[in-house]
Amino acid sequence: MKTKHGPSLSSRITRFVGIFLLFFFAAVFALPLYWMIRTALMDDALVFSIPVRWVPDPAVWENFVTVFQRMDLAKYIRNTVFSSVMPVIGVLFSCPFIAYSLTKVPWKGGKIIFPIILFTMMIPWQVTQIPMYSIWAKLGLTDSFVPLILPTFFGSGYYIYLCRQYMKSLPNSVIEAARIDGAGDLRILYTIVYPMCKSTLTTIAVLVFIAHWNDLNGPLLYLQSSSKYTLSIGLQQFRKADNPEWPLLMAASTVFTVPLIALFFFAQQYFLNGISTTSGLK
Amino acid sequence: MKSNVIVERAPDGSARLSVSARQRRFNRIGLMFASPWIIGFLCFTIVPVGMAIYYSFTNYDLFSRQDWVWFQNYVDIFHDRYIWKSLGNTMYVTLIGTPLGQVVALALALLLNQRRIKGIPVFRTLFYLPTLVPIVASSMLFMWVLNGNHGLLNTVLGWFGIPGPYWLSDPKFTKMALIIMDVWRCGTGMIIYLAALRSVPETFYEAAELDGAGPVRRFFSITLPCISPTIEFQVVMSMISHFQYFTQAYVFASLTDMSNGAGGGPGNSMLFYCLYLYRKAFLQYKMGYASAMAVLLAIIVIVATAIVMYFSEKSVNYDVE
Repeated sequence: MKTKHGPSLSSRITRFVGIFLLFFFAAVFALPLYWMIRTALMDDALVFSIPVRWVPDPAVWENFVTVFQRMDLAKYIRNTVFSSVMPVIGVLFSCPFIAYSLTKVPWKGGKIIFPIILFTMMIPWQVTQIPMYSIWAKLGLTDSFVPLILPTFFGSGYYIYLCRQYMKSLPNSVIEAARIDGAGDLRILYTIVYPMCKSTLTTIAVLVFIAHWNDLNGPLLYLQSSSKYTLSIGLQQFRKADNPEWPLLMAASTVFTVPLIALFFFAQQYFLNGISTTSGLK
Repeated sequence: MKSNVIVERAPDGSARLSVSARQRRFNRIGLMFASPWIIGFLCFTIVPVGMAIYYSFTNYDLFSRQDWVWFQNYVDIFHDRYIWKSLGNTMYVTLIGTPLGQVVALALALLLNQRRIKGIPVFRTLFYLPTLVPIVASSMLFMWVLNGNHGLLNTVLGWFGIPGPYWLSDPKFTKMALIIMDVWRCGTGMIIYLAALRSVPETFYEAAELDGAGPVRRFFSITLPCISPTIEFQVVMSMISHFQYFTQAYVFASLTDMSNGAGGGPGNSMLFYCLYLYRKAFLQYKMGYASAMAVLLAIIVIVATAIVMYFSEKSVNYDVE
């Protein structure tokens, strides 16, 4: 905008092309989402009609009722919520604990532990998956939520890392002052450090929740009986069992998606924070 | 309470003793706070990794056998044609999926980084939404979008007189189908690129504009060099995640290949390394063999991650401001 004679012709063309492409890509990215909702509201018989019907007319809202009856969706939702919320609690319990030891307690161990944490993040889960499965099987804990939840209470490298990055930036003077006043470290962590880390902890909670809401591999290995299925497995099994009934599948997929989109709109800043923190841009 | 006593005593000349007492106390506290991680590290990392390496030298099958077979698994892997098939498929999605995904993510970020346009947050949300669709749901959606006769994509292609292929049953197109879905879900990369673009100092562009550089020239001479550390980081991260390609492939392959459950899809065209590993371990119970595959995967990933670390180190040093 520093030019004296207003935008030149070439910059006006650039601007037009830019706006055009923005709308073009917006349409491309939105269409599959529209396709999902459109199919979810469609009569099963009309899905395969040619030419393609773009607007579900009449809109069959009953699909959402049917899918709850046919798929036991309510149970899957309960299981998914349980197996996503418990890890959030686990991670929020363990990771600040460990990050505190790494950043706010002056001891030798911290310097040894942190590089090990970074190294463990490189080990693909496929390596530990087989031995862990045989361990849980020997303990008789397969076909339960324990293998999906318990490990989160012992910290997870990635979230410890996020937590540590933020805690490191907190001033040590506050903590030292509290120590001189005789506060124990547990109290310092819960009354001083926790409130200061609120935004980072919320970001972590959101990331953990989404990761577990999405997870297919864990439930695939450990949840064998259908009463324990999460949405990932339930959806996969439903598709397997029948010929694809696209309206019902799309209705179930919509139900599966909506909570995450709602979460996104409530906690948008934490999503965006989390992404740029993890990429090392912050 | 203890610390009070030590702090008060410190000026009395017994400084050295109290310092070491303090230090011992800190060591105890540090250990206490780190103990969940130490327990977790032993139980969920050290022991399983050790077991995986041990298993990889045995014919363990989860039930009865666990005999030491030396390098037999590794030799068998070398002679297993499905391994080579799966490696080929994995390389295919890595070599096509990575550049395509990164180019689209960067292009979207560039469009969102335009100045003097209103409603950018709305577009940003729209581009990000697909990433929020859970991976199994989004796989279901794309199996429908890419349906040969009634799918969205082939309908749109039909408008332009292009006969769309049978994405899900033609072995030539199945991997492309997965890549199309992954590109649709590139929102995370887009956000990262957007953050990188916004950190490029405005003055660079103003100077270039005064010198008469056009938008294309500005992109190649200013934007690209300034965000190159982010690009390098993203490319290597994307490659690593492609080595571990599993969930989408599992859903697509097991639903398009009704004949043998979690197979590799039509003509094993979607048999990726980690899908094959899963099949060996949990459908054929060849735990020893699968462990050897996992160990090889770990070596590949650790080498690649070491490269990421090297590049991210570089990006920390490379500070445009």
